[in-house]
Amino acid sequence: MSPAITLAAGEASEHRPLIITLFAVFVAATLVITVWAGRQTKDASDFYAGGRQFTGFQNGLAVSGDYMSAASFLGIAGAIALFGYDGFLYSIGFLVAWLVALLLVAEPLRNSGRYTMGDVLAYRMRQRPVRTAAGTSTIVVSIFYLLAQMAGAGVLVSLLLGITSDGGKIGIVALVGVLMIVYVTIGGMKGTTWVQMVKAVLLIVGALLLTFLVLLKFNFNISDLLGKAADNSGKGAPFLEPGLKYGATSTTKLDFISLGMALVLGTAGLPHILIRFYTVPTAKTARKSVNWAIGLIGTFYLMTLALGFGAAALIKPDEIIASNKAGNTAAPLLALHLGGVDSNWGAILLASISAVAFATILAVVAGLTLASSSSFAHDIYANVIKKGQASEKQEMKAARYATVGIGAVSILLGALARDLNVAGLVALAFAVAASANLPTILYSLFWKRFTTQGALWSIYGGLVTAVGLVLFSPVVSGKPTSMFPDVDFHWFALENPGLISIPVGFLLGWLGTILSKEEPDAGKYAELEVRSLTGTGAH
Amino acid sequence: MATDAPPPSKAGTPLPSTEEFVQVQESAEFGELRSSYRSFAFPLTVGFIVWYLLYVLLSNYAGDFMGTKLFGNINVALVLGLGQFLTTFLIAWWYSRHAAAKLDPKAEAIKSRMEGGA
Repeated sequence: MSPAITLAAGEASEHRPLIITLFAVFVAATLVITVWAGRQTKDASDFYAGGRQFTGFQNGLAVSGDYMSAASFLGIAGAIALFGYDGFLYSIGFLVAWLVALLLVAEPLRNSGRYTMGDVLAYRMRQRPVRTAAGTSTIVVSIFYLLAQMAGAGVLVSLLLGITSDGGKIGIVALVGVLMIVYVTIGGMKGTTWVQMVKAVLLIVGALLLTFLVLLKFNFNISDLLGKAADNSGKGAPFLEPGLKYGATSTTKLDFISLGMALVLGTAGLPHILIRFYTVPTAKTARKSVNWAIGLIGTFYLMTLALGFGAAALIKPDEIIASNKAGNTAAPLLALHLGGVDSNWGAILLASISAVAFATILAVVAGLTLASSSSFAHDIYANVIKKGQASEKQEMKAARYATVGIGAVSILLGALARDLNVAGLVALAFAVAASANLPTILYSLFWKRFTTQGALWSIYGGLVTAVGLVLFSPVVSGKPTSMFPDVDFHWFALENPGLISIPVGFLLGWLGTILSKEEPDAGKYAELEVRSLTGTGAH
Repeated sequence: MATDAPPPSKAGTPLPSTEEFVQVQESAEFGELRSSYRSFAFPLTVGFIVWYLLYVLLSNYAGDFMGTKLFGNINVALVLGLGQFLTTFLIAWWYSRHAAAKLDPKAEAIKSRMEGGA
């Protein structure tokens, strides 16, 4: 064990009983919700879409809960605490992205689909090949994202609880995996939605409290806060300017452009976000939910500014780095310092924020598991394997088995990857979503000539390009921060593939269409276009 | 589709025929709805993406400009970053207002006609 981790462990273990108690209270509360929701889950529309009776505000909360992962809470606050302004750049991309969902995707999707992203992509196409492609892409994106969350949960919870043994970390990953299987198989979309709503409220209240305490320390003078952060960071004025993280070389600058594109164009192609729009009755409520989500997520990211700069101003950078090199524990440490390091208040605040972080992880993994098992059951099992002949009961059974299977695979991979640096996988999930899913969604909805071949080329082309480039990038090999630091087979310089793979996805969708021999189904496009804009026949 | 479950009460009317959809798609009324939606949403999308990319490029390549202090420790970079938040909120509000005033009534008229009188 490095001295750094032992230090954090020593600090955390004093507060362990309190943190564990709060974790247990949250888990117990969510299990009660899950069982309650499970009793009301009777047909497929309950299981996949939560009965479609959530209000715009409820779904907006749940969308926020689904989207604000531990990466955005702990990761962004930590990045700001260590790199100043460059940490903030992340949150801007994450927020602006919601306009793509609002203006182009949420309402048409709600109007014309039922349960999955594949419903819309395959609407006017040959069902089996396009459903297979949509299912593959959904499962790949969700598993990458899931894996990053699971491994992150292992690291984070171990750190917060002061667990350092391998067995302990594997135990945490397994616990998270079993809980997400229980949430999804029993509670379906209804249970998952309520868990996400509870988590969003906890996260926002926690962030509000910390933000208030930080601002109070500086008499609500933001300029003072920034000045103190710049001084205390030891970096001075550049701490408040772009460039500390991404400005090092021309390669890191290109990487930042690539990341920015993937963030902005990826959100509206993330399957676990898209299926949330099926939980409301109409396109109008889908619009309302995005508006609430934009308000809540935007406010939250503004608060991470206060948390990140607050941590930079109040805690020595060495102490943040000693606890976690990436700064992921800056927010919990900030809570400890704000309450007073040796006081009960400090312990209570630290424990509460740690419990909120744990809740965050659980709600996000449940959403991801649901997205991938829904797509497996509805796109691949019911429409490809059973050719649309599966009964609703069979389909739901398949979804529950798929949940257990995907959960088991994630536990296994999460346990194996527990010591690898898999944080880059979230950015990869965004890049695949932007390169494979978004082009296909937009062409399907808005381009009359788009054909099955075009859809297959953009999905598989975007997917293979994005995953392939990452495989040969420094994310996987060749650097101390890589997943496999001891080998080097990287030849692609950027960590994020978006700059190349997003244009490739769009280009291939166009090329596949103009080169295809089959005529597009004009009647089906009329159905899709009229339904997507008017909501005729939406259920 | 389900054959072994009782039909849910909210299943509603069956979908109109493909011919009806083609007719509606070609109607002037639907054409107005489509152009009212597209002429608003498409340019606005291009606009906010260009504005975001501009911000990214400035962050990358115009460090001196971004570091200019405006008041106290507040510099151009922070103001432009917060500006991205502000424009996001404003665009969301603007689109929703447009949709409620110009799109929803047209969409609902077409929908109720297609679902009601087949």
